[in-house]
Amino acid sequence: MARVILVAFLSILATFAQADIEIKEVTSPGGINAWVVEEPDIPFTALEIRFRGGASLDEPGKRGAVNLMTGLLEEGAADMNAQEFQTRLEDLAASLRFRSYDDTLSISAKFLTENKDEVLTLLRQALTEPRFDQDAIDRVRAQVLTGIAGDLKDPQSIASAAFNKAAFGDHPYGTPLDGTAESVNALTQDDIFAAHKNTIARDRVYVSAVGDITAEEIGPMLDELLGDLPAEGAPFPEDIDFGLEGGMTVVDYETPQAVALFGHEGIERDDEDFFAAYVMNEVLGAGGFESRLMNEVREKRGLTYGIGTYLVPKFHAEMVLGSVASSNATIAEAIEVTRAEWARMAEEGLTQEELDTAKTYLTGEYPLRFDGNGEIASIMAGMQMIDLPPDYVVNRNSYIEAVTLDDVNRVAAELLHPDDLHFVIVGQPEGLQPTQ
Amino acid sequence: MKRLFITVTAWMLAALPAQAEEVTTFTLDNGMEVVVIEDHRAPVVVHMVWYKIGSADEPVGVSGVAHFLEHLLFKGTDVLAPGEFSATIAANGGSDNAFTSYDYTAYFQRVAADRLELMMQMESDRMNNLQITEGDIETERKVILEERNQRTENNPNALAGEQFRAAQYQNHRYGVPIIGWKHEMEQLDLEDALGFYDLYYSPNNAVLVVAGDVEPDEVKALAETYYGVIPAEDQLPERIRPEEPPQRAERRITYVDQRVSQPYVMRSYMAPERDPGAQKEAAALVYLAELLGGSPFTSALGQALQFDTQTAVYTSAYYEPNALDDTTFTVTMVPAQGISLSEGEAAMDAAINDFVQSDIDPARLESIRTQMRASEIYALDNVQQLARRYGAALTQSLTVEDVQAWPDVLQSVTEEDIKAAATKVFDRKQSVTGWVVSNQEEAS
Repeated sequence: MARVILVAFLSILATFAQADIEIKEVTSPGGINAWVVEEPDIPFTALEIRFRGGASLDEPGKRGAVNLMTGLLEEGAADMNAQEFQTRLEDLAASLRFRSYDDTLSISAKFLTENKDEVLTLLRQALTEPRFDQDAIDRVRAQVLTGIAGDLKDPQSIASAAFNKAAFGDHPYGTPLDGTAESVNALTQDDIFAAHKNTIARDRVYVSAVGDITAEEIGPMLDELLGDLPAEGAPFPEDIDFGLEGGMTVVDYETPQAVALFGHEGIERDDEDFFAAYVMNEVLGAGGFESRLMNEVREKRGLTYGIGTYLVPKFHAEMVLGSVASSNATIAEAIEVTRAEWARMAEEGLTQEELDTAKTYLTGEYPLRFDGNGEIASIMAGMQMIDLPPDYVVNRNSYIEAVTLDDVNRVAAELLHPDDLHFVIVGQPEGLQPTQ
Repeated sequence: MKRLFITVTAWMLAALPAQAEEVTTFTLDNGMEVVVIEDHRAPVVVHMVWYKIGSADEPVGVSGVAHFLEHLLFKGTDVLAPGEFSATIAANGGSDNAFTSYDYTAYFQRVAADRLELMMQMESDRMNNLQITEGDIETERKVILEERNQRTENNPNALAGEQFRAAQYQNHRYGVPIIGWKHEMEQLDLEDALGFYDLYYSPNNAVLVVAGDVEPDEVKALAETYYGVIPAEDQLPERIRPEEPPQRAERRITYVDQRVSQPYVMRSYMAPERDPGAQKEAAALVYLAELLGGSPFTSALGQALQFDTQTAVYTSAYYEPNALDDTTFTVTMVPAQGISLSEGEAAMDAAINDFVQSDIDPARLESIRTQMRASEIYALDNVQQLARRYGAALTQSLTVEDVQAWPDVLQSVTEEDIKAAATKVFDRKQSVTGWVVSNQEEAS
């Protein structure tokens, strides 16, 4: 019987108006860290486990291996084949979701208190004793190939693939994580085991749990769950410069509405100007109906149903991205207005009123994100992955408040470069001149 | 003034402590129904107004007007400038949006609980005092056309879905898309929108749902202050819709679109929906969909087509129990490489037939029963979802009692109920079978 040894047991109390979210930081006897919020009101727990690296750890020529491996984690473990494993899981009314992303492999688990031990046993078996049966590989491979074929005919996916290829080339960021039909068809069972070994290891794991669970019980639970994993996984890829110059690429595709993806180099998440950039972007294009781009492109001109911009700080590259869709006849005007707003923001920045309004929204909206066990678990895992401390949830709004008009306008001028914007347009746009 | 005080106790697993969502309902003097769901875990409130008017209530020739009007409600009123509604909510740290369906149009905000009064003040204002101009109409019509482009015209599966519904419903407006047919959307004008607004946006045609960190007494006082003063619409017509005639002929469609990446076959059957006081058959159909095509690993279609014979890469069965009028039960089969659509369809039919002919595995039935009980526990974690559950039901002719009885009705479903529902629903005369392909060759 493992003794509960809490090497570190820090407790952070975040107070939003009257509501408290108390984050307890736990280190298991075996040295695995986790953040826990005890919410015993409803008898279930959301557990979020993330492994840094994800699909970026695909080996050369094996694109899609991590994605396929992730899809196979729910397809049987230990002495259970896929159907036996899933029957067990369904009988316990639990859900285990395995997903791979560019830099992450994530597991979202949800289980009733009364079934906790059995579900965690299943999860441990999935992580440490996967089978990767050949029949399961073939079945899931066929599903992945269907998805790949679909992406080749989907305007959004075509745009992303073209943009990323041009921006990142041979770096993993340059190709879809699903892989190609060719690369996926070539994957063997050995490749899948190798992808598992590369990605699922203790040196890159982040854990959070929210719900009917205690900080005391989670330490031994983590050692049981993750203790048998290898200590180390594969090295992370190198950082990569954003390699796409300003311009316009048109991918001819017969569809009534053109889809445009645009962007240029961005800002790192731990840059001291990140919050100024974040507030600026809110006004430019992230703030829904209140953003300048939504106002100019949709509300004033009716050119689109939606336009948005995003700061995308990944682990190995940073971008400012945006997307808009408009009929082939009007996409040129939508792009022209977007460029003009990009330039206006770079030159003039925000008004004091815009800054104040954006701050009020962002600080008011932040606590509303913590609205369910799964949501809180996900936020906490994300924070750990980018080295934020638990008290970030208390202090975050003060970072937003601290942004001054001078900061935000200086950062707007530094970050936004209208001439560097590259637009990838999928469709048959009228009146646009591609630069390449 | 009638005031009911009802506490709902969700069905619990035997070993679990009792859980409850606290629900209070009352009706204002002008006929507006109010539902309050308490959840004091966080100081947040969801405020929703649901109108009992959807796309299936539209007059002939103006398809899409219900949804168009939903967009126009974000323009100005007597006291708010265009866009000021959402801007005010954002300035209070909240978010807002709206949605339109066949049976309802709903508006909601999510904000700190102490801003509830402001939400009621603004939402009640736009129930009666909307100001829209010709300019608003022109710009916003472009927006909804771009929305149709994005959701439907650019998406071959969505276009195929429209053709399905149009073929399925022979008389009912469920056969017309919510967003509207493009040629009719292009003609929507100010008069169409205002005619719809003046008649249907009234307290006696609306349901208020407030969920979160609120007290029922406080909600009642605010609702009386802001909504209670709006006069009832005395011209509100009875909600009469064209009913489906007996369907006597099986229909088949082939939708060809070169943007289709993967051919598939789908079949929809007419099916009954949840009715007030009579939800048993709908509950049985929920089980039928789960048993037939819920989990790819354990359902009948999944086992037969994805595991035993590997003729499909994907299968599903889907049933929508929540509707005002007759709904559909749909099965889908995406054939594996080298399997033609006619082979795929035959395999799907064989699997359905096998299911209907065989006994239901008691272990699978119990497993689904347990999952449904558990889903009620998980549902307590999302108060916005609970709010939607009540709002949708009350605009689809169900009562609060029906909503609260539903989990128990689901628990009471037997194998006999499922068999009887299956025998009735799988009637080819009431079905549409569709092949969705990228070229004619795939359809031969």
